[in-house]
Amino acid sequence: MENAYVNNNYNDDILIVRNLKKYYPLSKISIGKKRSYVKAVDDVSFSIKRGTTMGLVGESGCGKTTVGRTILRLHDVTDGQVIFDGMDLAKIPPRKLRKLRPQMQMIFQDPYSSLSPRLPIGEIIGEAVKEHNIVPKSEYRSYILKVMHDCGLQPHYYYRYPHEFSGGQRQRISIARAVALKPKFIICDEPLSALDVSIQAQIINLMKDLQEQYGYTYLFISHDLSVVEYLSDTIGVMYLGSMVEMGEKKQIFDNPMHPYTKALLSAVPVSDPDVKMNRIILKGDIPSPVNPPSGCKFRTRCPYATKVCAEVAPKLKEYESGHKVACHLYSQD
Amino acid sequence: MIEKEKAAQQTTNSSNQEVKDGYEQHFKVISPGRMVAKRFFRSKLSIAGLYMIVFVFLFSFVGPLIVDATWGYEELEVFKVERIADMVSTADFKGPDGKTYTYYDKSQTLVYFKAPPSAEHWLGTDTSGFDILTRLMYGGRISLTISFIVIFLETIIGVILGGLAGYFGKWVDQLIMRIVDIFACLPGLPVLLVLSATISSIESIPAEHRIYYMMAFLTLMGWTGVARIVRGQILMLREQEYMLAAETTGISPMHKIFRHLVPNTMPQLIVSATLGLGGVILYESTLSYLGLGVPFPRAAWGSMIALADPSKGQEILANYPNMWVPAGVLIVVTVLGFSFIGDGLRDAFDPRMKR
Amino acid sequence: MGLLDKWKNIKETEVEPGIDHTMYLTLKEERRISRENSRIIKQFEREKNRKNVPEEEYLTQMRDPNNVVEFDNLHTYFFTDVGTVKSVNGVTFDIPQGKVVGVVGESGCGKSVTSLSLMQLVQAPQGQIVAGSIRYQSRDGKCYEITKMPKDRMLKVRGKEIAMIFQEPMTSLNPVFKIGEQMDEVVLLHEEGATPKAARERSLEMLNLVGIADPQKVYNNYPHELSGGMRQRVMIAMALSCTPRLIIADEPTTALDVTIQAQILELLRDVKNKINGSIMLITHDLGVIAEMADYVVVMYAGRIIEKGTVREIFHNPKHPYTIGLMRSKPSGKTKDNRLYSIKGQVPNPINMPNHCYFYNRCDRAIGICAEEYPEMIQFTDTHSAACHLCRNGGFMDTNSTKEQR
Repeated sequence: MENAYVNNNYNDDILIVRNLKKYYPLSKISIGKKRSYVKAVDDVSFSIKRGTTMGLVGESGCGKTTVGRTILRLHDVTDGQVIFDGMDLAKIPPRKLRKLRPQMQMIFQDPYSSLSPRLPIGEIIGEAVKEHNIVPKSEYRSYILKVMHDCGLQPHYYYRYPHEFSGGQRQRISIARAVALKPKFIICDEPLSALDVSIQAQIINLMKDLQEQYGYTYLFISHDLSVVEYLSDTIGVMYLGSMVEMGEKKQIFDNPMHPYTKALLSAVPVSDPDVKMNRIILKGDIPSPVNPPSGCKFRTRCPYATKVCAEVAPKLKEYESGHKVACHLYSQD
Repeated sequence: MIEKEKAAQQTTNSSNQEVKDGYEQHFKVISPGRMVAKRFFRSKLSIAGLYMIVFVFLFSFVGPLIVDATWGYEELEVFKVERIADMVSTADFKGPDGKTYTYYDKSQTLVYFKAPPSAEHWLGTDTSGFDILTRLMYGGRISLTISFIVIFLETIIGVILGGLAGYFGKWVDQLIMRIVDIFACLPGLPVLLVLSATISSIESIPAEHRIYYMMAFLTLMGWTGVARIVRGQILMLREQEYMLAAETTGISPMHKIFRHLVPNTMPQLIVSATLGLGGVILYESTLSYLGLGVPFPRAAWGSMIALADPSKGQEILANYPNMWVPAGVLIVVTVLGFSFIGDGLRDAFDPRMKR
Repeated sequence: MGLLDKWKNIKETEVEPGIDHTMYLTLKEERRISRENSRIIKQFEREKNRKNVPEEEYLTQMRDPNNVVEFDNLHTYFFTDVGTVKSVNGVTFDIPQGKVVGVVGESGCGKSVTSLSLMQLVQAPQGQIVAGSIRYQSRDGKCYEITKMPKDRMLKVRGKEIAMIFQEPMTSLNPVFKIGEQMDEVVLLHEEGATPKAARERSLEMLNLVGIADPQKVYNNYPHELSGGMRQRVMIAMALSCTPRLIIADEPTTALDVTIQAQILELLRDVKNKINGSIMLITHDLGVIAEMADYVVVMYAGRIIEKGTVREIFHNPKHPYTIGLMRSKPSGKTKDNRLYSIKGQVPNPINMPNHCYFYNRCDRAIGICAEEYPEMIQFTDTHSAACHLCRNGGFMDTNSTKEQR
C-alpha cells in the first residue's frame, strides 16, 4: 500500500512537479455544452533542488498562487504529480498528508488576515508544534521563545494578540509559525507585497538568514522582479497558467528569451532618473483565463506573433543547460 | 499635552535601551474589548436600551423581594378589598304590546375584586384579587428566564449544526441546510398554537409542565436562524488566510473548528442572541395571551393582558386600564430594550455597518 | 474582555518580569482624550459650517505665480480615540505649472492625507486641517485659500480644476452604472450649459485620448466588464474630461501589474503634455518616481524630510532615510549578501517625540538628534533636507551616495 505514493526515483530535488494541472469547473449546470473550465494551472513542470530558492514570477491571474497552493494540496490536484521528498502528494491519503504537513510550510501574502485574531502570538506559533509533538513537552516553552527570537520577536509578545502588531511584525509571526515546525520546504506567497519598502528589506534579510541557518528550500512567489532576482537561484516565469520560461537567475535576467520575459523585465521602473529604459510596452490586457487564446497564450500581446503562434501551442524546450523557453521564435524541434 | 509627550518620550527611551533592534512601539492602543464598549456607549440608543433592560431585570428579580419586605405580598395571594361598586343589571322582556323592552336596574353592591390603585395596591388588584404589581414582577421573572434559556439552547444547537454545515460542506451542509429550510418555512405561530393546544389536551402532562414543552418548541423554531448565521460566518472565515495557514500546519479539524472558527463568530452570535431575546418574549406573551403558555394561577405578562380580551366583554378593556396597560408597557420596554442593545452591539462589533 | 486583559497581564508578569504593561490606555486617559477631541472638533466644525462666507476671506496671493498649488506649513490632524494623530505636521512644498511632483513615503507618512487636504476630502469630523494654508491658483486668475474655502465653493474646484485618480480602480467606479453614464455625469456637473449630447461626445473623445481602442464599446460597458488596467484608463479619462489644471494621482499603479503599470505611466506622461497640467504623484515606489517626477518630496511621519529635483534626490540624497530607502530596494546588482535595511518600523504618528522622528531607526544618529527636531537645510535653490548631519553643507561622504545605486 505504501508504494502507491512512494516514489524512490529522486535525487537531490526536494520537490518535483510534473505536468501539474488545476482546473476549476466554471458552472455546474451546462445544457448541451461541454463543461467549461478555468485552467488556472495548465501543465506546469519544474523541480527545486534542496536548499535553493526558486522564484515564480508572473502577473495577477497567471496561476502562480494556485501552483503554490496546489503543491501543498490546499486545493486538490486535477492532474499531474507533485513529488515531495519521494512521495507523491497528489495521491497521498489525507490522514498521512496531515502528518506530513509540518515538513512543508507556507508564508502568506496578507499579514492581516493570515493570523487568527483571537489567539495570542505564542499560541499561533506553538499550536501545531504541540499537535505534532515537534519538541518534547518540557522544552515546548523555551523552543517557542527560541523560534520567536530567531524571527526577531520579543519574548513578551508571547501573550499578546495580533491586532497589537504592525504589518512587518505580523509577517515575522507568520514566518515564525512556519519555521517552528522545522520544515524542509517553505512556499512564500508574495510575503512582501503588503509591506513597506523599509520593512520589506528586513523580511528579505530574515528569510535569507533563516535559509542560511537551517537550509530551507524556498519557492518564492512574487510579482516583484527585483525581489525575485535578489532572492532566487532559479526562476520560472508564468503567463496565464503556463510556464513560458525557466532557468537560472543569470540566464533569465541576462539573456531573457521569451518576449514576455523581455517585456516584463523592461517594464520594471528603474530608480534612476537618467536611465531611460528601452521599454517594450505590451499592448492590451492579460486575456481572461476562462477563454484563453488558441495556440500560444501570449500571442495576443506579443509583438512578434506569427501565424503559427495562433495554431500550435509552443512546447517548453531546453536551449541552454537548464534554460527552457516555450516560444515559436526559437526552433521547436 | 506636554505630559503626554514626556510620557511618550520616556517609553521610547526605555524601550530603546531594552530593545536594541527597536521593534517596540511607542504608543498606546485601546484593547479591542474596550473599543467595542466605547463604540457601544457612544450610541444614545444603546444606553437607553441598557437602562430599559436593567430596569426590567431589577423590577422582575429584585422587585418581589422588596414587595415581600414591605407588604409581604406573594404571587398567588388573594386580597379581598372591600368596596362598594355601582352595579347595573339589565333584563329584556316582551310587553303586552308585543314590543321588546329593556329593564335597567341600578344598584350598589359589595365587591372584593378589581380594586382600583391604592396605597396598599399600587396598581390595584385583578379579577381574582391578585395584586397586579406583584404579579407583573413574577411574570417578568418567567418571561426573562424562559427567553434566556430558549436563546441559550437555540444558540448551542445552532452553533453545532451551523458549524458542522459550514465546515464540512458538501452533503453535510446540504442535509443540515435543508432541515433548516424546512423549519424556517413552517409558519411559526400557527404551529405553536396547534402544538400548545395539543399539549394542553393531553391529560398526562400536568399544567405546570406545559411551559417546558413550550420552551422546547420555541427552541426548535429558533435555532435555524443561528445555524444560518454560523454557517455563513464559517463559510466566510474558511476562506481567510489564517484558515489556510491552519490547514498547512496540519492541525486537527476539531481544533480548527473550535479554536479558530467558532471564537470568531462570537460577535455575530452575541448580536443575534440579544436580538432574539425580544422575539422569544413576544412569542411567550402571545402564547400566554391565548392561554396556551404559563397556566392560570401563575403570572405571565401575556395572560395579564388577556384579561382585557374584548371577546369576554369590554368592561376591563374600557374601565380597568390598570390591569392590562402596565403589562403591555413592560413587554414593549423589554423588547425595545433588547433590540436597542442588539443594534448597538452590532454597530460596536462591526463599525463598518454604521456610516 | 476586561477580565481577559487582566488575566493576560498577570500571565505576562510570569513570563518576563519588569516589562511595562503600558500597551493599553487606561480608562481615565481614554476619557480625557475623548473629551478633548469632542471639544476641539466642535470648534473646527463650527468654523467650517458658517454660511455665506465673503469671498475676500478666502482670496489670497501666490508666493510664485508659476505655481498651481502651494502648501504652506500645512497641519492636518486626526483626533482619534487613542490620541491625536498628526498625519500632516508642517508640510511646505509647491506644485509648479506643468510639472510632475512626486510625493514618496511609506504607509502612514501622511502623503495621501496631504492630497486629501488639498481636495477638502479629509474625513471629518475626526480629521481637521488645524493650521497652515493651501493656496490654489485657479484658472480664472484668482488665487484661493483652500483651507478657508466654503464647501459649496469647493465643489466647483474639486473634480473640475483638480481631479483625482485613486489606487483602486475596482472600487472607485460605481458598479451599477455604465462607464458612459458615469463619465457624462462629470461633464454635465462641471461644464455650464453642457448638453447630454455634448457630454457624450466629450466622454468618447476622452476615452479615445487615453488610448482605448474601441471607445464606443467601453462607453456602454459596466465597470466589471473591464480589466484593472482598462478601469484605470477610464478613471484617467474621467479625471481629464474637465481638463483639470492639476491631477492628483494617489498610487495610480500600485494595484496593477508591471506591464500594465508601464502602459499607465506612459499614458499619464502623455496626457500631462496634452492638457498642459500638473500632476501630484503619490507613491511608495521609488522607481515610478524616478521615471515620472520632476520634483520629489520625501515624507516621513507627517513631515517632509527631504525635497528637491528628481536628479538631486536620486543622485545626491542627503537624509539618511532617503538613502536607506534607496539602498533597501533589492536588485540583482546588490553586491553584499545582506540587503541594507532600515531597522525598526514605520512610526505611528501618535505622541511623536520632539526630537528627530527618524532618530530611533537612523544608524548615524548623533547626540543632538535626540534633542531637537532638525530644521530644513537648504543645499541648492530646490534641494533641502531636515537632518542635523547636513548642518555643515552636506557632510555626507561620497561613498555612501555612490553605494546606493
